[in-house]
Amino acid sequence: MSRSVTSAAPADACPPSKGVPARSLSAALLQRDLRLMLRRRGEAALPLGFFLVVAGLQPLGISPEAQLLRQIGPGLLWVAALLAALLPLPALFALDHADGTLEQMLLSEEPLWQLALAKAAAHWLGSGAPLVLLSPLLGLLYGLEGEELLVLALGLLIGTPVLSLIGALGAALTTGLRSAGALILLLVLPLLAPVLIFGAGAVLAVQAGQSAAPHLSLLGAELILAAVATPFLIAQALRISLE
Amino acid sequence: MNTVALRPPWRLFSLSAPAHFYRATEAVSPLLWATCLVLAAVGLWMGFVVAPTDATQGEAYRIIFIHVPAAWLSMVLYLAMAFWAVLGWAWKVRMASMLARAIAPTGALFTVVALWTGALWGKPTWGTYWVWDARLTSELILLFLYLGYLALVESIDEPRRGDQAGALLALVGAINVPVIYFSVKWWNTLHQGATVSMNAAPKMAGTMLTAMLLMTLACWAYAFAVVFARARAIAVEREAEHQWVAALTRPMEKSA
Repeated sequence: MSRSVTSAAPADACPPSKGVPARSLSAALLQRDLRLMLRRRGEAALPLGFFLVVAGLQPLGISPEAQLLRQIGPGLLWVAALLAALLPLPALFALDHADGTLEQMLLSEEPLWQLALAKAAAHWLGSGAPLVLLSPLLGLLYGLEGEELLVLALGLLIGTPVLSLIGALGAALTTGLRSAGALILLLVLPLLAPVLIFGAGAVLAVQAGQSAAPHLSLLGAELILAAVATPFLIAQALRISLE
Repeated sequence: MNTVALRPPWRLFSLSAPAHFYRATEAVSPLLWATCLVLAAVGLWMGFVVAPTDATQGEAYRIIFIHVPAAWLSMVLYLAMAFWAVLGWAWKVRMASMLARAIAPTGALFTVVALWTGALWGKPTWGTYWVWDARLTSELILLFLYLGYLALVESIDEPRRGDQAGALLALVGAINVPVIYFSVKWWNTLHQGATVSMNAAPKMAGTMLTAMLLMTLACWAYAFAVVFARARAIAVEREAEHQWVAALTRPMEKSA
């Protein structure tokens, strides 16, 4: 952490070294976030545990009937993934905000949107990626099979980065607020309705004997839109929060 | 800063000064309320007394005289809120940010009214208070967007930061509204086949249309009046230190 702070010293303190940066700050930031995650494995695995428990307990509240579970399984798994991905968001910028790293990020030469993208990527690698890997296993619990499992994982692979990007925007907007946790959910969940619809819809389409391609394409379009727009918006939101 | 005594000539951006905004909206306020009351009275009378009973829906259809204007305003007000919020954020227009905040509760109110009356209309007509129709669902999500905006700006103590964060959120929400609408629409058609559609409603009689237009105008007048009143309150609260507010509070001494 100390390295990223020193390398992000105010621009006027050292002459701009534009030519060959030894390693970009955003790469260092990503590496640091991942390292922190690995050092606190229990904490980092919480979203995954949450996903497992929610997905595993839902049938107890609904019905053990195989046909019904097969029908609602994709939706339930997607909702569980959505909530699990949002779980670690309040902490995304909070620690950096608390120890002043965030202010240094704002002052650094590197464009803030790249740093924002690095933070979102770290969030995705910590929450979204494990969910993608684990989802086929949980799909089996709901009686999904073959292509359905594949499409479920593929949909999550395309969709969870959108959750991370838009989630990071919510986290940036609420940085430093008292009620950030609940607020992020309220801000972000309505915006994620399309992702939920297309993600679960892809699996349902396969179940109905149709192609999942339209849903996955629309999910991909969402991802492109989010990837293009949100890094700048996150950067703006961080500037607003720290002004 | 803004001296009330000077009274500079009116220009396009005159109203962006809180002092002018305050005076101008206070002057038109009684007019707006009167318009609202008169139009609402006439519109309701036409809608509930003059307009004929609907051939297929019976008397229950009459709720559309409140429902349609409310639904329309709920959407327009969100766009208006986003517009003013972004204007206030990008060009640092204080009054625009205050106006955006003033619009939000009224927009949320109209959204609730639209959902509520829609449910009341749905029960006798569709046989259920709620269907996951594209319009209903996106209206519900619109309510969530309003609540998110309100919650965000309320939980930020510093007004300027609240304005800016709210503007960013409103902007993202405004961009997302069409995406949400179409995704819900496709979701609905893909899952439930042909549900009840409001597109199939029969052509309207002339009096029904007139009543609806009157009610729409009444709702607009109400929205303007109440948003202006709220914006005035916000302006006075935020600019309590300014001279123009001080001048407001002692008009008697001045004239004496």
